Order: sequence, then C-alpha cells, then structure tokens
Amino acid sequence: MNNIVLLPVLIPFLVGVILILFRNQLPIQRFVSGVTTLGLVGISAYITYLIYQDGIITLELGNWPAPFGIVLVGDLFASIMVVFASIVAAACLFFAFQTLHPDREKYYFYPFFFFLLTGVNGSFLTGDIFNLFVFFEVMLISSFVLIVMGGTKYQLRESFKYVVISTFGSMFFVIAVALLYSVTGTLNYAHLAERVAEAAQQGQSGILTVIAILFLIVFGLKGALVPLHFWLPNAYFGPPTAIAALLGGLLTKVGVYSIMRTHTLIFTHNQDFTLTIILILAGLTMFFGVIGAVSKFDFKRILAIHIVSQVGYMIMGLGIGTTMAIAGSIYIITHNMIVKTALFLFCGATEKVTGTTNLKKMSGLLKTHPYLGWLFFVAAISLAGIPPLSGFFSKFALVLGGLEAERYFIVFVSLVVGLLTLFSMVKIFMYVFWGSPSLSPEEVKKTKVGKLLIPGIPLVIISILMGILAEPVYLLFEAAANQMLDPSIYINSVIKE
Amino acid sequence: MEILMILTVGVLVSVSTYLLLTKSLLRVVLGIVLLSHAAHLLFLTMAGLKEGAPPLLGEEAASYADPLPQALILTAIVIGFGVTAFLLVLSYRTYKEHKTDDLEKLRGSADE
Repeated sequence: MNNIVLLPVLIPFLVGVILILFRNQLPIQRFVSGVTTLGLVGISAYITYLIYQDGIITLELGNWPAPFGIVLVGDLFASIMVVFASIVAAACLFFAFQTLHPDREKYYFYPFFFFLLTGVNGSFLTGDIFNLFVFFEVMLISSFVLIVMGGTKYQLRESFKYVVISTFGSMFFVIAVALLYSVTGTLNYAHLAERVAEAAQQGQSGILTVIAILFLIVFGLKGALVPLHFWLPNAYFGPPTAIAALLGGLLTKVGVYSIMRTHTLIFTHNQDFTLTIILILAGLTMFFGVIGAVSKFDFKRILAIHIVSQVGYMIMGLGIGTTMAIAGSIYIITHNMIVKTALFLFCGATEKVTGTTNLKKMSGLLKTHPYLGWLFFVAAISLAGIPPLSGFFSKFALVLGGLEAERYFIVFVSLVVGLLTLFSMVKIFMYVFWGSPSLSPEEVKKTKVGKLLIPGIPLVIISILMGILAEPVYLLFEAAANQMLDPSIYINSVIKE
Repeated sequence: MEILMILTVGVLVSVSTYLLLTKSLLRVVLGIVLLSHAAHLLFLTMAGLKEGAPPLLGEEAASYADPLPQALILTAIVIGFGVTAFLLVLSYRTYKEHKTDDLEKLRGSADE
C-alpha cells in the first residue's frame, strides 16, 4: 500500500519515455498526456487523503532500511504540493494543445513536459538530500529544453544565461551536500535532523549554520529570492506562454519548498539567526519584485517579475515561524501556483487575440472579449488579495501570524506590497481591457478565444473555492504546518527503532 | 593528502571563477566544467580520504573506504556530463544565430 507514494514520480517518467516513441503521432501524444495528467491529479488527491487520515507514508525503495537506503516520504505538505503541481501541469497541458506550434510539439514537448513533472514531484516526495539534487537536475534539464524549445534568437540568448546560472547553483548544491556529509555522515532527511541536533550540541553549531546558509543560497537561486532573482524575468519571457506558465507555476515553488523543508526539519539548531536572514530576504524579495512589476509595460514581463514578489510572501511565513504563519505560507504557495498559472494563460489568450504582449499596443478588449476580461479580473484581484478570494485569506493568515509574533515591520512591508500588486494588476486591466477597442470587427471575428479560456476556468474556480471554503482549507494547511513544526513526527515515521 | 586536495580544489575554483567572468561563450562553458570538477573533488575530500583500503567487500572486512561518496560523485559526474553536452550545443547554436560569441553583445536591451 505504501507503494502508492511512488506513483506521482513513476507515472510521468514512464509516460515520458513511452511518448518519445510516438514523436510524429500528435493525436496519440495529446490523448495519452491529457489522460495521464488528469489521472495524476486524482492519484495525488487520493494520496493526500490517505496521509490526512493515517499520517505520513514512507516507502523504502528496494526494501533497504531507512537511513541507508533511499526513502520517499509523503507528508501532508509534500502531498499538497504534488496535488497543486498536477493541477497546474494539467491546465498548462490543455492550453498547450491549442496554442503550441505543431513543430514545437513534435520536438519532444510532451516527453520533456513529463520529465519536468517527474523532477518536480520527486523533489517534493524525496526523503534524501542527495536524491533531492538528482530530482532537481531532472527538473532543470527538462526546463532547459522546454525554455529553449523553438530556438528563436531571444530564447537562445536568454536561456544560455539561465542554463549557466542554474548549473552554477547546482555545483554549489554538490558543495553544500559535501560539507553536510562531512559533518554528519548521512544524507537522509530524518537521520540528518537527528545528527544535526547532536552535532550542534557538541559545539559544531557554527559550521552547521554556514551550511544552512549555503543551502539557502542554493535554493534561493532556484526559487528566485532577491538578490538571486536576476535570471528569472528574461528567461521566462522567451518561451511560448504555455511553457512560461508551467515553469512559472512550478519551478520557483520547488526552491521555496526545499527552503521550507530544510529549515523546518534539518537546520533547527540556530533559528534565531537563520530565520532572521530568511525574514530579511523575504522583505527584500517582496518589495523589489513588485517594484519591478510596477515599472514594466509588458503583460508577460509583469507577470514574470511578479513571481519574484510572491516568493517573498511564501518565505515570509517561514521566517516568522509560528504555526499560523507557516500554514499561511502553504496557503499562499498553493494559491499562487493556481492564480499565477491562470494569469499566464489569460496573458497567452490575449497574445493570441492581439498578437502582442505590449500593454501600450492594446486596449478595449472588454468590449470585444468580455469573458476573457472578467476571468482575468477575478484572477488578478485574487493575486492582489481582495476578499473573498484565495489571495485574501492566505495573506490574512500570514499577516495575523506576523502580528501575533510581533514582527510588525515585515507585516507592514507585506501590506504595502499588496497595495502595489493591486496597482500593477489594475494597470494591466486598464491598458488591456478599458478604452476603445484596438481591433477592428473583422479581426475580432477571426480570433475566437472561447476554447483558449477553458483551461483557465477551473483554475479561477479553484481560487474562488479556496476563498469561500477558507475554513476547511486552512485547517488542512494548519495540520500540514503542525506536522512540519514537530520534526519528531517526520523522524519517527522514517526511522523506526 | 587532504591539504593537497583542498589546494587543488581552490585552484580549480579560482580558475573557473576567472573563466566564468570572461566574455566568451566557450570559456564560460569551460568555467562551469571546471567548477563541477572542483565540487566533485571537494566531495571526495570532505568524505575522508583513506589509504590502502578497498571498498566494502564483506561484513568481516577490517577496514574499508566509504562507498557512498564515490557513488554520489559518479551520479554527479554523469549529470555534469549531460549538462555540459547540452551547454556546448546551446552555445554553438547561440553563436550561429547571433554571429558572435561575445557575451557583451548578447546582453540585450531592457525593453524589446
């Protein structure tokens, strides 16, 4: 029965391998990948339900006992992330069916899409820090291919920089793992948590703090924390919107997940210092991210830079470190995956209609494409945090957690950033949807967007539901946060004495 | 022996830093390659060097080298190999498309 936790990693991997064989049969590729992603949503939701009922599921691969062999560990946080990653992936896939050029589809879009999903799900579910490195690399290499797919001049230029910076970060990952191994002699999360606590008591606290910060730099580079965010806006601007939405929805969240996992489970020995650094980074990330978004006049670029600003909110909860704040962090990660992807998809639909992403070249779409306009509006104000949508309740939990912990300054920053987020979203709405229509009636008839909106609609509905049903959703996230804040639950379920 | 290894790692890291900061595409790729070698050597050293001990051969062995870092480095080398191959192709394509390998000219403007 434990084997079920392997499925979100194994299924995309096998499907990806099989789809390589059907390179030229696009209908087969589309059908198989559509069915698989929908199936993954169901399976991961079922796994979450099982974990909620019976506690953490661990799987010892090859039946090697825990600290020696490789383990997969599904706790609530990991499984929630897998559910939302599957939903985001499914939405992007169905959007890609309609927007991606067949040439791009034929050059192995679907296999790499599934390899990316393998890497993402594997990073969430693994219980071993070197395995995390391997899954990171699976994810990164697939993202390299997806981001450069199509090979336009702009893509080649920007993805070279992205690949170099990512690889640079990966090498620091190896160095950090090497240092950690030399101090503790193990790589299993649960075992590391025990050994780090022991080593810290024996006066090794200093070197362990250095290692913790080294990991923070590595994951911060993947998660786009200011000042390590500079690669993100240009890299995500290049590829087609379906791919940008997928990467924007998933990749940075894996970095944030790894920061939260390592700093709640393993590096708990000197939290006064590490959490303060995380809190400072959170403030900087939120603020500079949103300032970047306010200054731009391009639909896709604004959304890309907004990813940075939202990452700040996600680690703010970790920096505060109370149950409510961490539950708020999980809330905002899930909310952001959904809403950010929806916004990217609507951006793609707008691009399809107007042929540009430059805000100054379009106007008046509300008259010609009202459904697109209002769907975008709901997603945008959800991102900005207007009640009763998911964005409001996630920020509410964070702010309340911050006030209870008496971290007033970061709360103040987060509220200012919320206001600026609203400003940049309203800017998009005014430029794109208000004013006199920029398209002639003939052009409007040619460009039908009805089908393009279908993948976005479920995402908007989920965002509304996560707001209206805030109570049960929050309770689920609170249970996940409680599991994270008590490392002994995790340790005891992995290492059985 | 450890001191020699650490010095080698230091030299590799400094050379790769120098290469990463140059403007030519190919040198940047070489910088990444050297950095990965440095990381792998560091891993081997940090896990503890042992002279004259084979890997684990049986439970009764008196002394053996830790097999875990070797397995991990092997994995990391293979990954590094794949990424390097990809980077080389990518830099070649970039060079072909842009007709230059000067990163200064590949900067791109802020608003395009």
